[in-house]
Amino acid sequence: MSDQSPTEPGAVAGAYRLAVHVMPKGGILDPQGRAVEQSLPHLGVAGIRDVRVGRRVELTVDAASEAAARAVVERLANELLANPLIEAYRIELVGAVAGAVAGAGEPA
Amino acid sequence: MSVRVGVVVFPGSNCDTDAEHGLRLAGAEPVELWHESADLAGVAAVVLPGGFAYGDYLRAGALARFSPVMRAVAGFAADGGLVLGICNGFQVLAEAGLVPGTLIRNRSLRFVCRDVSIAPGRLDSPFTAAMTAVRPLRMPVAHGEGCYVADDATLDAMEQDGRVLFRYVRADGSPAVDPADRANPNGSLRAIAGVCNAAGNVAGLMPHPERAAEAILGSDDGMAILDSLVRSAAARAAGRGPAVVAGAGAAR
Repeated sequence: MSDQSPTEPGAVAGAYRLAVHVMPKGGILDPQGRAVEQSLPHLGVAGIRDVRVGRRVELTVDAASEAAARAVVERLANELLANPLIEAYRIELVGAVAGAVAGAGEPA
Repeated sequence: MSVRVGVVVFPGSNCDTDAEHGLRLAGAEPVELWHESADLAGVAAVVLPGGFAYGDYLRAGALARFSPVMRAVAGFAADGGLVLGICNGFQVLAEAGLVPGTLIRNRSLRFVCRDVSIAPGRLDSPFTAAMTAVRPLRMPVAHGEGCYVADDATLDAMEQDGRVLFRYVRADGSPAVDPADRANPNGSLRAIAGVCNAAGNVAGLMPHPERAAEAILGSDDGMAILDSLVRSAAARAAGRGPAVVAGAGAAR
């Protein structure tokens, strides 16, 4: 499990804020989305369909590079954050976090 | 000497002592297995009880899957050990990939807590072997995420292999084909209430046999499942386990 560390020894580490968007796959029943959709007429709103409810998980990763940070989060998304049987996910970089790693100096 | 059956205790388990009681009634000696320990204490079978392991955060069963005890249970299952997941325990097994498919939010979006009827799909599994005939078994469900889903190809293969262990039926035993049928409490595809893996030694079901373990509870039909498990575990401990090859003699 722990063979893949985001921070390699000696590497100049940065910190990256990533977001994982998890959505029910197409064709998978989404009772929450359906319930939201069915409630829309109560708001007097028409013309909205295919409501799907997912989840967004944000995390800060200490890593040597954005690619390394993404690789770790990719694994997390596959094993934990999403259930690949019913959910698809997409990883998005929210931004680099300055000075988030203790002892890691910013390059001059 | 009675056979020792482990009952895993996660933070948030709340049917563990009920499961232990039911196992005792079936003649077993229950052994509590703490989630942080990877030591299964030499038990002959493992029960994953109902509850809300790790608060059911993220998805039911998603966090429990990575606990030390579940690594040990996965190894135990790979070696042919008998594992039964009840309700939340079923969700944990599904998340761990030890049984096919997964359980999503009930179609009604409501937590459902009431008696249902289920019928076994086969009588030659370690979890149904003590039953003498296919008849509806009455026991409660209590869950918010019990809607069984898998893709059509998987469902077809499971039906062929006899991996559909229990289905929701009406009280008279007739099938609840329509997911909207009230006999199907959560909208499960093909009215599936319980499944097993390809080898037949790992099973999960949403209804609670341990809550239907004595007549005073309104039904003792759940004992048919717990008796089957304990008998099969004892037979295996004695080195004469019943064959559990999926597909052989599948009732449906």
